[in-house]
Amino acid sequence: MTVLAIDTSTDVRVAVADGPTVLARATEHDTRSHVEQLVPLIRRALEQAALDLARIDLIVVGMGPGPFTGLRVGIATAQALAIADAIPLRRVCSLDVLALTGVRTLSPADRAEGFLTCTDARRKEVYWARYDAAGVRDGEPRVGPPDALPDLPIIGPGVAAYPQLGNRGTVEAVDAGLLATRGTELPEVGASPLYLRRPDAAVPTRRKSALALPQRPGAARPRIRRRPA
Amino acid sequence: MSEPLVLGIESSCDETGVGIVRGQEILANEVASSVDQHARFGGVVPEIASRAHLEAIGPTLERALATAGIDPSELDGVAVTSGPGLMGALAVGVAAAKALAYAWNKPLYGVNHLAAHVLVDELDHGPLPLPALALLVSGGHTQLLKVEDLLTGITEIGTTIDDAAGEAYDKVARVLGLAYPGGPVIDKAAQQGDPRAIAFPRGLTARHDLAKHRFDFSFSGLKTAVTRWVELAERDGREVPVNDVSASFQEAVADVLSAKAVDACRFHEVDTLVLGGGVAANSRLRGLLEERCGDAGITLRRPRPGLCTDNGVMIAALGVEVIRHGGRPSPADLGADAGLPVSRVLV
Ligand SMILES: [Zn+2]
Repeated sequence: MTVLAIDTSTDVRVAVADGPTVLARATEHDTRSHVEQLVPLIRRALEQAALDLARIDLIVVGMGPGPFTGLRVGIATAQALAIADAIPLRRVCSLDVLALTGVRTLSPADRAEGFLTCTDARRKEVYWARYDAAGVRDGEPRVGPPDALPDLPIIGPGVAAYPQLGNRGTVEAVDAGLLATRGTELPEVGASPLYLRRPDAAVPTRRKSALALPQRPGAARPRIRRRPA
Repeated sequence: MSEPLVLGIESSCDETGVGIVRGQEILANEVASSVDQHARFGGVVPEIASRAHLEAIGPTLERALATAGIDPSELDGVAVTSGPGLMGALAVGVAAAKALAYAWNKPLYGVNHLAAHVLVDELDHGPLPLPALALLVSGGHTQLLKVEDLLTGITEIGTTIDDAAGEAYDKVARVLGLAYPGGPVIDKAAQQGDPRAIAFPRGLTARHDLAKHRFDFSFSGLKTAVTRWVELAERDGREVPVNDVSASFQEAVADVLSAKAVDACRFHEVDTLVLGGGVAANSRLRGLLEERCGDAGITLRRPRPGLCTDNGVMIAALGVEVIRHGGRPSPADLGADAGLPVSRVLV
């Protein structure tokens, strides 16, 4: 089975696999050019894999958590490709891809009590999730300050962003190759991205009084004119 | 030669639009709006709009393809709003359009949202006599454009220096306890009110403003004046005459917009004015413009209401125009540009 994997929860990552074999990988490290670079990376990866998009059997996309705008670019792209060529789409948690790396890189002894995955959520917070020794996620992904993380080994790019995590962490990137080869083993998540944060929006409570403002020349004075009956 | 067939995607603000146009003919016009989700905030919340775009883009695209009954292989191109607009919102549409163009192996055209508002009128009324002026008024923009060439010769001659006209409608509606969006509800209340009841200020119309801002707009002072008037009435225990306040506010907006548009037509010696944007549906603005354009010998053109508000058809129509004139496709690294100037019709 041929798989195209897309993850934009951190930077921009693409891979193409045929069964257990990764045929191509393409990465863009600039975290502010998701829109610009994603489709060119997909094109490059498919060319390198010598596959047409029409020959892809499955698209797997990382649904986050991750910074919103970049995350949505990956999902919108995956979804449009799936619609355009009637390709099935599988949606997974991006932190679960890091957990696959965790199981590979942490020794059984190190992960005996379980481990964490972690990416940078900006605003002095991280996205993280907890896994058992076998790499099965325990609960939902979360967002919060790095200091609140349980005392377990940590895998992921979030480690690089927060020095206090360094002594028990390993910096690993989301591996699109693993997403392509093993994405079907990961649990599916819903159709909505894993935002984990509500939109920044405040419901206006009381309107600001305009009466305190100085009267400006030409501003209207209360003056009701009677309408002719 | 057969007419170009283009699929257009729009996602610059709170409407997700997918339109399919062949030449002058609209084959599909599917729009999903997140307007209801913004109601309790009294204005468009960018992150809420962006989330809604992602939810809506797939279903809207599928509906448009089904309605048009075309096979994507017949398309001559995919067009998309590259800007101006809300960054996160634009990114969803551009990402989807790039994916489609790649999957279908079609040229991709990133185009300017404002130019599309002007051009869409041609679908209803045929070729636009040039030069023309365009007045674009919505919750997101308030602009006077001079159009000498639809692809290479659009210049901004005036814009709002603070709020968009539609924003002022939303804020005044809120002050009056009316629903969101403010445009339609204030228009309705105004029908029952006296437009001369209260003399609200006309922004940037004083002599000393005209020197520098002859064709620019300002609605922030008007908004404050209405708020102040309502608060004084409340403080004094008088009942607020919602209909009269609505009518008087609307009169001030329509007066300034139409007076400046007609003045600009005269100044630039142009005898065609195109209206676009959601506020183009406003009854008083339309009425006053018809009257004043009639007096000045200016032909007023306005697309049907469904094409005035943001939609994918206008983007597709601009794509058709670009293809007809042999415009080159956008580069592979096309992005979204929140501040795209109107002088750049094709990115
Ligand atoms: Zn618009």
